[in-house]
Amino acid sequence: MNEVLPISVPDPAAFDVQRVRKDFPALHQKVHGKPLVYLDSAATSLKPQAVIDAVADMYARDCANIHRAVHLLSQRATARYEEAREKVRAFLNAAKHTEVVFTRGTTESINLVAQSWGRTYIREGDEVLITELEHHSNIVPWQILCQQTGAKLVVAPITDRGEVLREDFQQKLSERTRMVALAHVSNALGTLLPVTELIDLAHERGAVVLLDGAQAVAHADVDVQALDCDFYAFSGHKLYGPTGIGALYGKERLLEGMPPYQGGGDMIRSVTFEETIYNDLPYKFEAGTPNIAGTIGLGAAIDYFTSFDAQSIHAHESALLRYATEALGSVPGVRLVGTAPGKVAALSFLMDAAHPHDIGTIVDSEGVAIRTGHHCAQPVMEHFGIAATARASLGMYNTTSDIDALVGALGKVQELFG
Amino acid sequence: MDLRDLYQEVILDHGKNPRNHRFPEPYNREGRGYNPLCGDKIALRLQVDGDIITDVGFIGQGCAISQASCSTMTEAIKGKSLSEAEALFSKFHDLLTTGEGSDDLEGLGKLAVFAGVREFPMRVKCATLGWHTLQQALHQAGGEAKTE
Repeated sequence: MNEVLPISVPDPAAFDVQRVRKDFPALHQKVHGKPLVYLDSAATSLKPQAVIDAVADMYARDCANIHRAVHLLSQRATARYEEAREKVRAFLNAAKHTEVVFTRGTTESINLVAQSWGRTYIREGDEVLITELEHHSNIVPWQILCQQTGAKLVVAPITDRGEVLREDFQQKLSERTRMVALAHVSNALGTLLPVTELIDLAHERGAVVLLDGAQAVAHADVDVQALDCDFYAFSGHKLYGPTGIGALYGKERLLEGMPPYQGGGDMIRSVTFEETIYNDLPYKFEAGTPNIAGTIGLGAAIDYFTSFDAQSIHAHESALLRYATEALGSVPGVRLVGTAPGKVAALSFLMDAAHPHDIGTIVDSEGVAIRTGHHCAQPVMEHFGIAATARASLGMYNTTSDIDALVGALGKVQELFG
Repeated sequence: MDLRDLYQEVILDHGKNPRNHRFPEPYNREGRGYNPLCGDKIALRLQVDGDIITDVGFIGQGCAISQASCSTMTEAIKGKSLSEAEALFSKFHDLLTTGEGSDDLEGLGKLAVFAGVREFPMRVKCATLGWHTLQQALHQAGGEAKTE
């Protein structure tokens, strides 16, 4: 009897990175005469052609203001704008589209919550709890709120591996904690925080929880109902979408109880000089003509991203992160900063031979784009007693050859400085 | 673009072993420089007697360009008059920002090695940090003698 060979069936979940790379035109260029190796997706991700086309098409075809005119172009623009909201809702698994507010990005989303929710509900002596690894955009809005209200900013520490431990976090929660604002993923270190656990702890204390999802949306599972977070903030441009557009998810009950963040057109139902009646959710928080093309571009980015199995993207990136961790670890004189067991898509590192800024310039001359500096997370740098790191961060289009190119470029650093 | 235009031997040497990397005693001028982009820091102290910079030193941390630039600056201005130091600053600044004077590098001496930095716009601030700190030290109001 003949041996039956297993039939190879193409795995629909298999992730074809070479196919993905074809979709990103920016990848196909040379910088300083070398093929571009883009390892700075944590700063902003590159955009697939589908997103670029959606934005161009909006201006070329459906160029009109939304929620206003009766003419066809306005109808089309409005429909596409609201379709994008539905895409964000589905992407975050929010219960209702009214819980999705478009903003300029994560920073504006957090400021909106700090000012609208915070100034309504935070009193003198209350506490806002953040962690030591937050991006400045999840520190400064709360500092401003604390100055305005007399509330206290409390900081949960990180370990030397860059983790937030449950016990440390719990210790900082008190009966005065009203707001807990946490990164879902650290931008400087790549740490994935145990947010489900931390949210539960915060809720036990009756605190409201905001997650800064800027670094998480493209690299981790986000399900706001499963997480049970009260607010979730993210930016489109780190999810392969345009800059200047992002969203805030908020539980309806909370958004209902918040005053508008800005006043203007579109956020009102009726205006007289005596009284203004505000519009319903989510429009109450969307004053003025929004970034319509950006919003439609974000919708296209979500379509593009969700055309892949999310788990296959995560698996690809996590294999790449392991590869990069080993590869960088084997370069003499390289030290990783941030070695938490749960990490996604980013590697911060230092070299004995050279300052991060010099590393950045030298690897750039080899075509390799990385970020250097404090990554808008100066307290993290302070924790490690350093001024800056070099950071390589990953997107769905990166390959092991990109990491090899980085390692090769670090060899040039050694050559010059070693 | 050639990296060697940026990282010349003099820069690598001064970056690794900055000269005058200590505070002079006594001193009567002080400036602090900080580049928030990369976290480079420089604390500069000078002793100015009459019109002459009789001693100068700095403590700093940062990239090779910023530290080497400050190091070579201290060598260049030591023993110079304030107006000579001022003229050097202008010449150096023009060289890096406008390229002016790039065909006449003689007066700059060792500082001329920084001419290549102009091709790296993101690094010009690194190379001028020490010099801006010097400006601050010399022009701050009430630059009274300090004794410690």
